[in-house]
Amino acid sequence: MSLTVDIALSHIARRRRQAAVSLVGVALGVGFFVAIAALMQGFQQYFVAKVIDVSPHVAMKDEYRTPPRQPVALRYPEAAIALGGVKPKDEPRGIKNGFARLAEIERLPGVAAAPVLTGELILRYGSKDVSAALLGIQPPRERRVSNLEGDLTAGSLDALYGSANALILGQGLADKLGVGLGDSVTALSPAGVVMKMKIVGLFETGITTMDLRQAYSLLKKAQVLQNRPNVVNEIRLRLDDVARAEAVARRLEARYGYRTESWEESNRNVLGIFVIQNAIMYSTTSAILIVAAFGIFNIVSTVVLEKTRDIAILKSIGLESHDVETIFLLQGLIVGLVGSLLGWAIGYGLIELLASVRFNIEGFMRSEGFKLERGFANYLIAAAVAILASGLAALLPARKAARVDPVEIIRGAT
Amino acid sequence: MAPPDPTPTAAPEATPLLRAEAVTRRLPGPVPVTLVEGVNLTVGRGEFLAVTGPSGSGKSSLLYLLGLLDRPSAGELYFLGRPTSRISEHERARLRLDHIGFVFQFHYLLPELSAEQNVALPMRKAGRLPIRQVRDRARELLARLGLEDCLAKTPDLLSGGQRQRVAVARALANEPDLILADEPTGNLDQKSGSQVFDIFEQLAADGGHSVVTVTHDQALAARAGRRITVVDGRIVSA
Repeated sequence: MSLTVDIALSHIARRRRQAAVSLVGVALGVGFFVAIAALMQGFQQYFVAKVIDVSPHVAMKDEYRTPPRQPVALRYPEAAIALGGVKPKDEPRGIKNGFARLAEIERLPGVAAAPVLTGELILRYGSKDVSAALLGIQPPRERRVSNLEGDLTAGSLDALYGSANALILGQGLADKLGVGLGDSVTALSPAGVVMKMKIVGLFETGITTMDLRQAYSLLKKAQVLQNRPNVVNEIRLRLDDVARAEAVARRLEARYGYRTESWEESNRNVLGIFVIQNAIMYSTTSAILIVAAFGIFNIVSTVVLEKTRDIAILKSIGLESHDVETIFLLQGLIVGLVGSLLGWAIGYGLIELLASVRFNIEGFMRSEGFKLERGFANYLIAAAVAILASGLAALLPARKAARVDPVEIIRGAT
Repeated sequence: MAPPDPTPTAAPEATPLLRAEAVTRRLPGPVPVTLVEGVNLTVGRGEFLAVTGPSGSGKSSLLYLLGLLDRPSAGELYFLGRPTSRISEHERARLRLDHIGFVFQFHYLLPELSAEQNVALPMRKAGRLPIRQVRDRARELLARLGLEDCLAKTPDLLSGGQRQRVAVARALANEPDLILADEPTGNLDQKSGSQVFDIFEQLAADGGHSVVTVTHDQALAARAGRRITVVDGRIVSA
């Protein structure tokens, strides 16, 4: 073992109790970081995977991001114009030439697309009225853009063709209505169309908001219910490379003018919460590590004060300032390293403990236990931060030690 | 201020180990303090030199200058014929490590390390020997100084005389050309002090080492081959 490591270890051994306190501080910081990061990232990754799995990667809707400019403003672009009570131009709802555009989009490489007509619906079963979001789909195309078929817990996608007015419901929605597979419900649309519909499928995505709200029918049936023949108001895309979603969305919006959202934009509010969650997590664990770092600073500073004579003699022997600095820096780094290893064990134990907890919650998402990210990256990040913090805490006193003038100390002692 | 001592003290042989030419050391400040003034001194190989003088006369300060721990404010110090006032800290540290061994009034052993580990320190820093040979040599040195039973003992388990002998062994670890001792017997009883001087005499007599020791004890100083007296930072008798 090198001389500097040996001396650093002997100093730590001399102050075992204080070193143990700092060690525990570092270990707790690392352990909690690993556990909390596993918990939060596990949930976030699960959510993102679900969203990517369940939702379209890109959705083009029959809306505009900014309202079109009024003709008078177009005519006099430099004028100061005050307009009152101007109604928007009466445009037919839906995506213009929807199927032609769908065909164009389908020709893009690595892109699958499906037309959808979305609309509100009241489902009535007995005395129960429940509102639902109806999506009119074409099953062969829908299969290529969403995982609806995989999420079916009863029935099948092709069963939509099997009955005259077939409907697939989210499990939560079905539970609210109290219906099951084969039951018939009455559907009322805002257009005033009433239709008796048969439940031919039930799905469960795990995302509560979807399972409680969504219903699927054939596109043609949805068009009848909404009284909007041949209209589609959304084109949904699934990409081979999900990372291209935002770029593809921007390209399509620039080309067609319709508001086009990537899955990231559609879920920006939730992803924003994740950023805040992460910030809270990093702040909390950083606070623990900062307290531990102060402990290390305290120990190394005390050792430097106590060891000025030893430093003087080491320098008189021939050790240089950088050797002395290394000895004291190593003390911080050793506490950081050993604390990190201990923290890994604590973190691993906490993760296993969290994994063993079983519960049934139905909030934002349905879950029967914690979703945990068990990757090694969090262990490495936590240890790197802890060792860096420990090193920084020891750096100041180590530099002070390196500046000790041996003559001053020896002269003062004689 | 008194003029520098004009006559270098006589060298015992042609190639000196150490030569001080008009070396002065002043502490800067609102009222500068002169610690050593215009010292001319030559130390030959194998010489045993005692430095005496009243307290605060500048004996220890002179020793720190000779040992390259301190830099002169004026004058030049030649070590093995090489001027040292302008060399880097790294070079000075290397010269101390390879050629100079210090023994202080207080033993200054590292309290966490055993006698053997303390003696091994300079050898480990020098890195010239594999660790097994370092250990063997540390044991051999301690045995030479009658401490073969104290290898694993930490300083708190040793007597004052034993600690000082361990410090001497540590000073000898890298086979230095020069041993500098600052009141090495100041904290020892007469018997232990005499034993330390026996060691110094032997080291000088063997011819391998030069010894410069500061002491208040006139009887011990009389055992040195040469003796100089320092008063007010100047050599007044040689």
